Amino acid sequence: MTNSKGRFGIHGGQYIPETLMNAVIELEDAYNHYKNDPEFNRELAGLLNEYAGRPSRLYFAEKMTKNLGGAKVYLKREDLNHTGAHKINNVLGQALLAKKMGKTRLIAETGAGQHGVATATAAALMGMECVVFMGEEDTVRQALNVYRMRLLGAEVIPVKTGTATLKDAVSEAMREWTSRISDTHYCLGSVMGPHPFPTIVRDFQAVISKEIREQILKKEGRLPDAVIACVGGGSNAIGSFYHFIPDENVRLIGCEAAGRGIDTFETAATVNTGRLGIFHGMKSYFCQDEYGQIAPVYSISAGLDYPGIGPEHAYLHDIGRAEYVPVTDEEAVRAFEYLAKTEGIIPAIESAHAVAYAMKTAPQMQKDQLIVITISGRGDKDCAAIARYRGEDIHE
Amino acid sequence: MSRIKSAFENGKAFIAFVTCGDPDLEVTAEVVRAAVENGADLIELGIPFSDPTAEGPVIQGANLRALTGGITTDKIFQFVQALRRDVSVPLVFMTYANVVFSYGADRFLSACGRIGIDGLILPDLPFEEKEEFLPFCHKYGVDLISLIAPTSKNRIAMIAREAEGFVYIVSSLGVTGVRSEIKTDLSSIIQSVRENTKIPCAVGFGISTPEQAKRMSELSDGVIVGSAIVKLIEKYGKDAPRYVGGYVKAMKDAMR
Repeated sequence: MTNSKGRFGIHGGQYIPETLMNAVIELEDAYNHYKNDPEFNRELAGLLNEYAGRPSRLYFAEKMTKNLGGAKVYLKREDLNHTGAHKINNVLGQALLAKKMGKTRLIAETGAGQHGVATATAAALMGMECVVFMGEEDTVRQALNVYRMRLLGAEVIPVKTGTATLKDAVSEAMREWTSRISDTHYCLGSVMGPHPFPTIVRDFQAVISKEIREQILKKEGRLPDAVIACVGGGSNAIGSFYHFIPDENVRLIGCEAAGRGIDTFETAATVNTGRLGIFHGMKSYFCQDEYGQIAPVYSISAGLDYPGIGPEHAYLHDIGRAEYVPVTDEEAVRAFEYLAKTEGIIPAIESAHAVAYAMKTAPQMQKDQLIVITISGRGDKDCAAIARYRGEDIHE
Repeated sequence: MSRIKSAFENGKAFIAFVTCGDPDLEVTAEVVRAAVENGADLIELGIPFSDPTAEGPVIQGANLRALTGGITTDKIFQFVQALRRDVSVPLVFMTYANVVFSYGADRFLSACGRIGIDGLILPDLPFEEKEEFLPFCHKYGVDLISLIAPTSKNRIAMIAREAEGFVYIVSSLGVTGVRSEIKTDLSSIIQSVRENTKIPCAVGFGISTPEQAKRMSELSDGVIVGSAIVKLIEKYGKDAPRYVGGYVKAMKDAMR
């Protein structure tokens, strides 16, 4: 693969239509220029700190620690960011980059709606046009976020094709980008898609692990024993892992959405049930049938309901640097309720997958060991859906 | 060099696209025969994919119908083998990278060679990634068809110099589907292609009317029509072969 760019081991690459090749090359050139530009970095730091509210807190969850009776648990509070999730970190970076490139219009896909809300927010702030593609199924599951995006001035297009969820929203955003490139930037929301997106999004999300490292060293004087984050495409997880990758003693644990279980078809646990493939611009692991048809995956979490995983995660799995564990709907819902009652923090149902695994693993660890769980987003958006899951019919 | 060259020896080439198994393989076979009898010079056979990101709604619908009907890559291989008994025009597969990758590139292309497939079009495999499949294409004598888009600009020479079979010129931005007008300056793109290769170039995406076919064939060596044919199949189902036949005849006549 002499010409292929953006590889993480065998994964990654640029499997996209010729129509988009110059667009991704232009993006890569612009990114390589601006990532080292002091003025760009000053502007971005200003936005992250003054507008998005960074740095986010690293909170010692004392009650949870006592209750679980094992490792000390810290929560990285990405849910406290403006717009309520880690997605804003990447979006502010990409929107600023797009603006420098002379683009006036942002398009995005969204699953749970958090990336769509973040993109609509950045577009409003920077005076750009915004169109968000969202699976029709998800517009129902996350009706509140649809309203938020519209309130922020974005157009939300419900995608009816396929399973009408995140993968279809990505496909439709890609189709839209091929039809309108000159004024439009595709603000991809996760560490997936063709190069340079997995690298750009990772770099913009790496602020999470940069902060965790500084904060835990200050609070505990040492690195954590484990960092735990949920994984759909994998942007909050790679952001949480990145600055710990060279530290072999820090366990990196990605929690995949197992839906109704990895022994059922209603799952979205890509590493645990998928195999190597090429889709949405990248080589990585995908849930698919024997003929390479992409599987209609399922999770209670619209943000993790994706049949693939970012190529860098696939590589970290291959080399054994990170572990990817399945967490079911039921476990995630229990963790959602647990964190609310124990710490007074309602996590996004996505993040609750990471909390659920920590609940299993913390009691098995020593009391002097440290766990950091990334709470990638807040759970307000999920309350109605979880109430329905528990058999309570509430109306937003 | 495969048989593809022969498709361009009978005046301007008319290339017809059909999704295999839409609505079933019997209809696909009859549509292919009707297209060939009425002047189609090359047939592009679509192997359906669950998430065809380069397709507009019409061909997306065909993919879905075919997959819902239970079509698989293996069934399509058997179908082509049977079709080859009486269809002699060049045949190329159009599908997505994962269909080939998942089957195993060597195994997929060896089957192509065995059943008489002359070329392979993968819209999600740009120049930079072609090494993924090219060695296997060469091993089994299958041309890997290159696409050139309105946005290719400085990439045209690089792509054209290594192109095989024919060059697929994408007429417009966006996905496949019927368009009322094609605004791209195709003559300058085609000129750049011709400065870099001797193989023929055919224009596709958005072509549906005899007038468009005539105009595009004046600029290039042939036209590719997909969505307009798939629409006829969607509309007429089992009766589609004779409508497709009549349509192909009108298009080919307009190009003479």
